[in-house]
Amino acid sequence: MQNMGIDVLFKGRNFLRLLGGLWVAVRISLISVAISIVLGILMGMLMTLKNRPVQILCRIYLEIVRIMPQMVLLFIVYFGTTRVFGWNLSAEYAAIIVFSFWGTAEMGDLVRGSLISIPKIQYESARALGMKEGTLFRHVILPQTVRRLIPLSINLITRMIKTTSLVMMIGMVEVLKVAQQIIEANRKSSPNAAFGVFFVVFLLYFLICWPVSRAAVYLEKRWAE
Amino acid sequence: MDPGVIKSYLPLYRDALLLTLRIGWQGVLLAFIIGFLCVTAIRFKVPVVRVIVKGYIELFRNTPLLVQLFFLYFALPKIGIRLSPEFCGSLGLGLLGGAYMAETFRSGLDNIPVIQQESAESLGMNRLQAFRYVILPQAVASSVPGFLANTIFLLKETSVFSTISLMDLMFTAKDLIGMYAKTIECLTLLVVFYLIMLLPVSILGSFVERRLRHAEYGD
Amino acid sequence: MDNALLRIEHIEKAYDEHGVIHDLNLVVEKGEVIVIIGPSGCGKSTLLRCINALEDIQGGQILLDGVPVKRDARNISAMRQKIGMVFQSYDLFPHKTVLDNITLAPIKVQKRTRKDAEEEAVALLDRVGLADRRDDYPRQLSGGQKQRVAIVRALSMHPEILLLDEITAALDPEMVREVLDVVLTLARSGITMLIVTHEMSFAQAIADRVIFLENGQIVEESRDPAKFFTEPETPRAKEFLRTFRYER
Repeated sequence: MQNMGIDVLFKGRNFLRLLGGLWVAVRISLISVAISIVLGILMGMLMTLKNRPVQILCRIYLEIVRIMPQMVLLFIVYFGTTRVFGWNLSAEYAAIIVFSFWGTAEMGDLVRGSLISIPKIQYESARALGMKEGTLFRHVILPQTVRRLIPLSINLITRMIKTTSLVMMIGMVEVLKVAQQIIEANRKSSPNAAFGVFFVVFLLYFLICWPVSRAAVYLEKRWAE
Repeated sequence: MDPGVIKSYLPLYRDALLLTLRIGWQGVLLAFIIGFLCVTAIRFKVPVVRVIVKGYIELFRNTPLLVQLFFLYFALPKIGIRLSPEFCGSLGLGLLGGAYMAETFRSGLDNIPVIQQESAESLGMNRLQAFRYVILPQAVASSVPGFLANTIFLLKETSVFSTISLMDLMFTAKDLIGMYAKTIECLTLLVVFYLIMLLPVSILGSFVERRLRHAEYGD
Repeated sequence: MDNALLRIEHIEKAYDEHGVIHDLNLVVEKGEVIVIIGPSGCGKSTLLRCINALEDIQGGQILLDGVPVKRDARNISAMRQKIGMVFQSYDLFPHKTVLDNITLAPIKVQKRTRKDAEEEAVALLDRVGLADRRDDYPRQLSGGQKQRVAIVRALSMHPEILLLDEITAALDPEMVREVLDVVLTLARSGITMLIVTHEMSFAQAIADRVIFLENGQIVEESRDPAKFFTEPETPRAKEFLRTFRYER
């Protein structure tokens, strides 16, 4: 493996640095997912309201997120808003804002989808049993919704982790950036390092995302009626 | 906002859009072909190939395009495989998209009731005939909304092309911001040009979805 | 017994250790209409699916015109063309019109000309009263109309035997009649049929022979349907038939 450049990773603290970079990506994803889940549930419930202006606003929001690449959103928040409002925003905050903005829309749509997929008869039979709206939501609707939602939210985590690779474009030092730095630093001693190092980065992403998406698939199958 | 600046930037953005579209559509087309081949191999249980295909799908669905591109563009030359940036772009998009298209297509196939296969067979069709005349047309039709969603996703993903020095929309915007600091104008143009590229596909997508839902449930 | 069309000899069928059909024997003669009844899970649908080789069997054999019907045999497509089958429901091809549903297999499998296949399809549709629906899609038809088209589709292959698997079970009650009328006409025209049904009065009216199946075995067999349905010989059949009458 000498000429493939994997040896570079065993020099000094290089591999640890790479993992550190990966942690940056995972950290941003986890924070953003947590925010997205909370805001997304609120948004999903808002969307099921039969209020025309609210529905239109939500629609527009969803459409923006659906069409605009996350990279464009990152640029707007990181370069655009700092310019217009003159504030100072770290790349990490910008990334969390953008990913939460994106995740909330995705999550909101999922929550709405699961809420409306509960058959009307469930509401009707609960009311026929004399349940109050609160009890009905807490004991009948919520448990069914959550089961549908959990696999989908787990999927969102993997998508977040994959998308965080973009933050290097606004200057954050995450795993790809660390990889580039390592390759650059060892250009002379190990000219083929690019192969080994990028190969390992490829594998690292896979090793993080794959188990998570398997878990989502497993839960989805297990909880499917 | 300076209209003069916007006007002078327009041709640059137009060229970038054309480049993005060209690579984007090549990638989407490649994704379709790869996806279709993969699903056929899985469906007909081609030995060995089937395992490789499943591995490929998992690998490319669980890694970011950016990392895939870096591997194609920076790593492969070290083992003697040198690809042009444009080719890397199309290939990377095609490989990523192929895995997504395959999954969409496969779930389209899985959703066709077994009874359809059985009634085709009970009419004396062999497996290939049943696939070609009965299963495939239904699976393609029910996968169209998914295909369009994947297309939007792939065209959005083109925004990482700038990292392998392709002069796409993102590259142009970043470059111009760096040189002239006309941030607002550059970002506005960036948004507008992505809208030009993606809004038609998105509208087509919701139109097709409505039509299909109508075809399934309405008369 | 030189008139035998279908011979089922000692067949065994099991799903994961769980036996469904055990040592079942049946000879179907040309032109005969056999009705198979029995409680759900007795193996009657499985029997039809085995005859059409949609299921593997673990033992015994099924012979049509003396030729074995086997799932993985080279001639399976040719054998299935001789066996028509209509399922409980939802088996029309939703992406094709009524006419294309019927002509697809004659054109692609039997390589007949489109003109020939269409002429016959239209004539058959006319016989079941659906000539004016030839260009409709399945979703535009009622359940009863769909099943009539499915029967025509099976007939268009000129099968030697027709298997009907609970074809009215998923229909609204008011549509059952129109489908059963078509089946009755077919029976009178001399086509060989194996029918699985829960419509007891229909079974009595159409059957040359009734077979009562339970736990994958023939419990009672009668060539006198009127007698079977009024005074069956075995207690099991008596008990089963009683569930269809509401008596206080």
